[in-house]
Amino acid sequence: MNRWLPRTYLTLVYLLLYVPIVVLVVFSFNDSRTGYEWGGLSLRWYEALLNNRAMVQAMWNSLWLALSAATVSTLIGALTALALHRYRFRGKKVLNGMLFVVMMSPEIVLAISLLALFLLVGLQLGYVSLLLAHVTFCLPFVVITVMARLSGFDERLPEAARDLGANDFTMTRTVLIPVIMPALLAGWLLGFTLSLDDVVVSTFVSGPSYEILPLRIYSMVRVGLKPEVNALGTLLLVFSLVMLILSQWILLRSKR
Amino acid sequence: MRSLTQQPFRAAVLVLVWGWLLFLVLTPNLLVVGASVMTRDPGSFISLPLTLDAYRQLLDPLYLEVFLHSLYMAAMTTLVCLLIGYPFAWALSKVGKRNQVLLIFLLIVPFWTNSLVRTYALKLILATNGLLNNGLMSLGVIDGPMQLLYTEGAVIIGLVYLLLPFMILPLYSVFEDLREDYLRASHDLGAGRLSTFIHVIVPLTLPGVLAGIMLVLLPAMGLFFVPDILGGSRNLLVGNVIKNQFLDARNWPFGAAASILLTLAMAFLMFAHRLSKRRIGEDGV
Repeated sequence: MNRWLPRTYLTLVYLLLYVPIVVLVVFSFNDSRTGYEWGGLSLRWYEALLNNRAMVQAMWNSLWLALSAATVSTLIGALTALALHRYRFRGKKVLNGMLFVVMMSPEIVLAISLLALFLLVGLQLGYVSLLLAHVTFCLPFVVITVMARLSGFDERLPEAARDLGANDFTMTRTVLIPVIMPALLAGWLLGFTLSLDDVVVSTFVSGPSYEILPLRIYSMVRVGLKPEVNALGTLLLVFSLVMLILSQWILLRSKR
Repeated sequence: MRSLTQQPFRAAVLVLVWGWLLFLVLTPNLLVVGASVMTRDPGSFISLPLTLDAYRQLLDPLYLEVFLHSLYMAAMTTLVCLLIGYPFAWALSKVGKRNQVLLIFLLIVPFWTNSLVRTYALKLILATNGLLNNGLMSLGVIDGPMQLLYTEGAVIIGLVYLLLPFMILPLYSVFEDLREDYLRASHDLGAGRLSTFIHVIVPLTLPGVLAGIMLVLLPAMGLFFVPDILGGSRNLLVGNVIKNQFLDARNWPFGAAASILLTLAMAFLMFAHRLSKRRIGEDGV
């Protein structure tokens, strides 16, 4: 087959994927108020963003939420992966299946089920409910990242540790944790990004006491164009990109 | 019980994990199932007696039309993703290993970036006085602006844009596993290109196709913010209906029933995917 046809096709699709992103970034530096015409370079939308106190507050809230959700889900996810990898226990398949279902089910199904639970137990919608929800949808991703790392791992190491008199906890701390460290970091970064970007689940389980960035953006862009959103979107893009490169770098380096 | 006392660490881990999943996955889902067979109540959302009214309401012509329209848009999204993604994944699997890492990376970048922001970026392009219309008008292709925003097409474009990587990645992984010897064997046995494609390539890549469909079709019915930003009020998804029922109309039983509809669709697709994988496994391929 012609060598150029596949290449041209790949390039074309990548172009389509990236054009909107490039447009967004370029327009974030646009001085024009209407949002469609080019009015020269300007940083005014970035300035407007920083002067918007509610926006800055929402930004901090989101960062704090993503930070805590990523940390908690990495902790629980890593323990889950270790348990699935090391132990034989009743209902292992069920556990695996439940994680798979969480990962595959449409976000909105998870969202309303959590809303129903929180209202039933009388939990005030806000930071805590958001945290519980975000940890839940991040969990399977951390588990599979760590499991992937564990699957290529020399089984004789934990046995050796045991023979040398280490108990489960000591063995986990001194042998397993160092081995899965890159996966933990990658999982943490993935969880952080998932949490920071989530709209669907957060729409249901957040309350007025804790406003987060995606929901603020959502309420802004539903009606018309908001140039500030271009600037905000660009910042988020750069941020996600840095996180992604970081996590890939960690994973690649650990493979060598 | 001996193991519990002998291995406190193991016990603690299992209790934590099971506790989390039972409380935050199983219980909530059972609650939704329960809510779907209860009666709507303005005060406490749901109340007795048990009834199947919510499911009957799903068949109400008004909602049935919304669901079918949503299914249509989701199916079109899936089809477009498949048509773009299948040759794309194929071409991608042929690229040299070094470039492949970079290309895969470029593909997952969008997955990591805010989907809301990217949907909004599409609005800049599709709006009446947006970039596409302005560009085409200045090139003289069209005389006046086309109405692109707030149409069915805009919703489909938005969904394809967000979900395409989810179609490509599973397809890419099956093309990666597709061994050249099979293609050569098929050729040696006298099969032409088309015949090889239909009898060898398509069956072998079917699990990837089904995985891709699963990853695109369901989210395509749930991503309510896409119609909100691009589609206007006439192009709703099942997700919009569920959201309205839970957050605005406060009709929980109906919202729950609609969500169960989505869950059943998911279960069906997962089943089909398993089946296709098993069949290939049995053939010893």
